[in-house]
Amino acid sequence: MTIFIPTPLRPYAAGQASVEVKAATIADALASLTGSHPELRKHLYTEEGKLRAFVNLYLNDEDIRYLPAKEATSVSATDTLSIIPSIAGGC
Amino acid sequence: MATTTSPETLPELTTDDLSRYSRHLILPEVGMEGQRKLKAARVLCVGTGGLGSPLALYLAAAGIGTLGLVDFDIVDASNLQRQIIHSTKDIGRKKLDSAEEKLLALNPALNVVKHDTMLSSANALDILKDYDIVADGTDNFPTRYLVNDACVLLGKPNVYGSIFRFEGQASVFATAQGPCYRCLYPEPPPPGLVPSCAEGGVLGILPGLVGVIQATEAIKLILGKGESLAGRLLLVDALNMRFRELKLRKNPECPVCGANPTVTELIDYQQFCGIKPESKEERALKNGIPQLGVKELKRRIDAGEDIFVLDVREPFEYQIANIGGKLIPQNDVPQRLAEIDRDREIVVQCKSGGRSQRIAEFLLQNGYTKVVNLAGGILAWADEIDPKMQKY
Repeated sequence: MTIFIPTPLRPYAAGQASVEVKAATIADALASLTGSHPELRKHLYTEEGKLRAFVNLYLNDEDIRYLPAKEATSVSATDTLSIIPSIAGGC
Repeated sequence: MATTTSPETLPELTTDDLSRYSRHLILPEVGMEGQRKLKAARVLCVGTGGLGSPLALYLAAAGIGTLGLVDFDIVDASNLQRQIIHSTKDIGRKKLDSAEEKLLALNPALNVVKHDTMLSSANALDILKDYDIVADGTDNFPTRYLVNDACVLLGKPNVYGSIFRFEGQASVFATAQGPCYRCLYPEPPPPGLVPSCAEGGVLGILPGLVGVIQATEAIKLILGKGESLAGRLLLVDALNMRFRELKLRKNPECPVCGANPTVTELIDYQQFCGIKPESKEERALKNGIPQLGVKELKRRIDAGEDIFVLDVREPFEYQIANIGGKLIPQNDVPQRLAEIDRDREIVVQCKSGGRSQRIAEFLLQNGYTKVVNLAGGILAWADEIDPKMQKY
C-alpha cells in the first residue's frame, strides 16, 4: 500500500513524498515505514509509543481514530495511508 | 448561517451596487437576495499577510458589507513575493493601513474596521463578537488555537486555511454541527518542530490559492448555498497540483466543542503550545554561549578592542552584505579550526543568529573558551547600526 508523507516529515523519509509498503494492517504498515526510516519514529510517536496528538492518520479518507479497529484495521494493496500533521503558516 | 437577518431587514442595493454586482445578480445562487446578504455580512480577517491578502480582496470585491482586519505587522520587502494586497511603496508602513487603502480603492462602499493589535485571550472575545464569520489567516499555532476556541465559545464559524512550503489545508470549523480545530488537532506540535514561512520558505502563490478558497467558503456560508468544507479537510499540493479531501468528524469528547466541554474560557495559548517566556538569564546565555547585541559589538569595535568576527554564512551571502568578518562557511568550520584563534574572543555571526549559535556551541565543545554569539546576526546590524546595509 502507499503511505503519503507530508512535507514537514519528508526529510526523515529520504525526501520521498510517498512510500510503498507491504502490510496486512495499519499497524504493520507504520512499523514497516518506521523500520526503514527510523528517524520518523520520534516525529510520529511519543516515548510511550503513542501516536502524537498533532499527527493524524487517514486510511483513504477516513481518520483512523474513528475506525472500529483503529490501527488493527486490515488494509489492501489499493488502500492509502496519509499522515497529516498540523501546519500553521499563513503569512 | 450565522446571520439571522430576514429579507425585510437586509440592506437595499444602490444603483452603484446593481451595476457593480451585475455578474452576481444574474447567478441563481446569488441574485438580489444573496447580494443583500453579502452586504449585511460582517467578516473578520485575522491577518493581512499571505492568506489575508487574497481573502480580504475577494471579499471586498464580492460586496461584503463590513470587513474587520486584525494585524500589528509592518510591510517588509520579503512580504511582496506573496502578500499581494501590499505594494512596494508600502514597505515600512503598517499592513492595516496598506490593506485598507487597497480595499477601499477596489470597493469604496466597504466598511473597513481596523484592529491594530495582536489578538490575545484578553481581547479576542471582545473583537470577534461583532462579526458573523471569522477567517483565520494567522501564521502561528497559539493564535490558531485562540481563534478556534473564541469562535466555538461565541458560536461563529471559523473559515480556516493554513500553508507550509507548497502544501495547504482548508476547512470550515466551529459551525453548529461541525468539528472545530481541536477535533482535528487536540494538541499543537512542540515549538520549533514545524518551521515558520520565514524559516521553511513558502511558494508565493500558495497562500493565493488557499486564501481564495477561504474567501469562497465565507461567501458560501453567507449565501447559504453549495456545500461548505465543514466536516472536510481539503489538502492542496501545489507542486503536483493535486487536491485531496479527508473526512473530518466532530469529536464528541472535544474539550471545547464536545458534549462536556472543559475549556469554557480562553486560556494561555503560549503555554498551551509549550512556548515559555525567556527569562533574562536565558536571553543572555543560550546553551552556555553568551549572546552579544549588535550595539555592544559596534561599541567594542569603535573602542578598538581586539575582536575576531567569524562569519559562518555562504560566500554569496557575504557578497551581498558583510561586516568585515572572516568568512568560513559553517560546514567548513570543523576542517578550518586552525584559522580560528583560540586566544582571542570569537564573535560568531550569521544572517539572523541561528547558524552562528550552533557553530558557537561547536567551538565551545572543541575547547574554545572565549566564544560569543551575535544575537540577531547581520539583519540586526542592518536594522540597528547600518540602515544602508543590504538586507536579504
